[in-house]
Amino acid sequence: MKSDDPVTRYALRLGDDALILGHRLSEWMSRAPFLEEDIALGNVALDFIGRARLFYQYAAERVGGGVTEDTFAYTRDVREFTNLLLCELPRGDFAFTLCRQFLYDAFSLPFTEALAGSADSRLAAIGAKAVKESRYHLRRSRDWIVRLGDGTEESHRRCQQALDELWIYTGEMFETDQLIDELVALGVAVDTAELRRCWIETVSETLRAATLTPPTATADVSGGRRGIHTDDLGFLLAELQFMQRAYPGLQW
Amino acid sequence: MSEAKLISLLPAEEWARRERRRCSPCAELWTVLDHVMDPEIPVISIYELGVLQDVQQQGEAITLIFTPTYIGCPALGIMEEDARVALAAAGYHNVTVETRLAPAWTTAWLTPEARRKMSAYGVAAPEHDAVSCPQCGSAQTRSISEFGSTACKALFRCETCLEPFDVFKDL
Ligand SMILES: [Zn+2]
Repeated sequence: MKSDDPVTRYALRLGDDALILGHRLSEWMSRAPFLEEDIALGNVALDFIGRARLFYQYAAERVGGGVTEDTFAYTRDVREFTNLLLCELPRGDFAFTLCRQFLYDAFSLPFTEALAGSADSRLAAIGAKAVKESRYHLRRSRDWIVRLGDGTEESHRRCQQALDELWIYTGEMFETDQLIDELVALGVAVDTAELRRCWIETVSETLRAATLTPPTATADVSGGRRGIHTDDLGFLLAELQFMQRAYPGLQW
Repeated sequence: MSEAKLISLLPAEEWARRERRRCSPCAELWTVLDHVMDPEIPVISIYELGVLQDVQQQGEAITLIFTPTYIGCPALGIMEEDARVALAAAGYHNVTVETRLAPAWTTAWLTPEARRKMSAYGVAAPEHDAVSCPQCGSAQTRSISEFGSTACKALFRCETCLEPFDVFKDL
């Protein structure tokens, strides 16, 4: 189901980001520090998996020939996934998960707002729908960063460490390539380079409130959009795709 | 309060939805679907919730237009199943359900009547920001978690009767 259609490839990138991040969040089920947080993480995971389904359904309709959303989620191999590396990193501790979530949510809100103005009406509708929950996500993850950063000595230390580890992966959100350039020119894709300033403002303001130190490392690790991933994605897919690999075509 | 504030304006897309029903040639189908409830809040119908956007009939073929409340809401699939079952029981078997995302669903579409029913069921549905306890009516409440038992609800607690309760979130 490799496609040369630019809009399909773009929809798959966005679907992959949402599925992989949603799966990482779902790994917290029954492991979160307390009940409300367990429920909250589950809700956010569902939002992302729902978002992935909308992008995959659209890609499937464009590809046709019996391809469904499940084809993309369950039968592609690791090199065919084009999600951001940030989304696939193992969940780590609670600070790491919330820190990753905050860095992504601060990007996702302006991204979905911009996608709502896409010249592609289907992508625009998904953007307009996702923007509402993105506001809730960002408010929640921002609050957690402030609480952990400006909390105890240990929560501060863990949060700072997570931030330093994650930082090098954040530049990939704003990278462009030939596909993006082509679709930006058509008014279909979001020019993420333009979102960078907004993202930096949100992040700087939050880190200040959280008494955390902005990392100085260069954020230039990338590869996800080209199918070059960390080892961790393979393990994630082994779990995510197990049933369809073991029993191809299995239905509930 | 200024006088202008007393007039509550219906959002344009919600007005259009009610007109579609009012002018629909298949009124009996809408009535059948009035018995299909939200599985999470089984006192309001999918029409009152705003999920059922349109009903179209061409000969034997019936098309329902749904809009999801939250993107990841697993109840949407249940509502679809329940709608099929209700229509089948009424003799309609050729049913297609289409999902439409735009205009995006909003709590602004909920009628005062739907909000009253939810509140009586124990889920507060605030029309303006003030959240009062569905058990005792106290206005002394506070948020415990922005994410409650389902994606569409937040968890609150009443400071007067000390009971926790769900609040339907503004979206
Ligand atoms: Zn009370």
